[in-house]
Amino acid sequence: MNQLKNFSKGIIKENPVFVLLLGLCPTLGVTSSAINGLGMGLATTFVLVMSNLVVSLVRDFIPDKVRIPSFIVVIASFVTIVELVMQAYSPALYESLGIFIPLIVVNCIVLGRAEAFASKNNPLSSIFDGLGMGLGFAFALTLLGSVRELLGSGGIFGFKFMQGDLMLVFVLAPGAFIVLGYLIALINKLNKAS
Amino acid sequence: MEFFIIIIGSIFVSNIVLTQFLGICPFVGVSGKLSTSIGMGGAVVFVLTLSTLVTWIIQYYILNPFGLAFMQTIVFILVIAALVQMVEIMLKKVSPSLYSALGVFLPLITTNCAVLGVAILTIQKDFDLIHGVVYAISNAIGFTLAMVIFAGIREHLDLMEVPKGMKGVPIALIVAGILALSFMGFTGLV
Repeated sequence: MNQLKNFSKGIIKENPVFVLLLGLCPTLGVTSSAINGLGMGLATTFVLVMSNLVVSLVRDFIPDKVRIPSFIVVIASFVTIVELVMQAYSPALYESLGIFIPLIVVNCIVLGRAEAFASKNNPLSSIFDGLGMGLGFAFALTLLGSVRELLGSGGIFGFKFMQGDLMLVFVLAPGAFIVLGYLIALINKLNKAS
Repeated sequence: MEFFIIIIGSIFVSNIVLTQFLGICPFVGVSGKLSTSIGMGGAVVFVLTLSTLVTWIIQYYILNPFGLAFMQTIVFILVIAALVQMVEIMLKKVSPSLYSALGVFLPLITTNCAVLGVAILTIQKDFDLIHGVVYAISNAIGFTLAMVIFAGIREHLDLMEVPKGMKGVPIALIVAGILALSFMGFTGLV
């Protein structure tokens, strides 16, 4: 029961993007299409789960003063793994995510969960927390990517069902800010209503 | 001429915040007041230039000769974190007045993705040391410019009547979108 709570809080109630406003750089940068958003979301989920697990396992051995640098090393190692695996098995996604893959290291969500949750809780809870937060992040990115792709190029996940001139601006940089602004307003409204 | 293209290109045409989406967290987080945004901008100019210089030297004199290029991410982030700490300690001793102006912003900079982003981009673009440093400085100036403009607008926004649901972050993001739209006007300049 408790684990379910650890898992589900990240998806809607404490959604890292829409509610906590963390990790906005990849959120805006890679969501020009739904598939990019999903890929980035899943890569971050993997890093979150693994770094939460490791940080939680070693939490009693790390002196308090050097804990932040040690967390960063753990996170950076997993990011390097993701980087190499993606380069080998999914070069197209690796190309389109570009600079934002190494930048998972400085994604505030990952360090934030390591510091706020994993360094104080047992490994199992930490895994569920990481999974929930990661999937919440992936959900937000996929949603934003879908809206932008739909408005800008008339399709979702590459399936086109609208033809003709569309609002190209939503695929470009300004559209990212505007769509995210409206989505956050909408989620605020829904959260208040419930 | 080459330097001119790098400078104009990174300040206006592909502005680091508004077109490349690096450093959004401080852009949204500390842009409530004009004075704090200038402080943050100054700290970023300082750290970004220094860290790009150091990471460039490490990449070409340590990582590449020993075939350790795959360690780039881990090494760079540690170097930046250590550098920020060192700058903080040194500023406190050497120039207390500058420290009191920039001090609060320095710890925040470690997790500013603009710093790590520009360090990696400089390597990816195969710049030599001088071009890399010029690239870093102009990106930092671009960051400061976008941030100061945005803070100026947000100060006015506080006095506006905004629909209730849009107050705070949502309207700020939409303003950033319009700002990005106006920066698109520079496309094709160089």
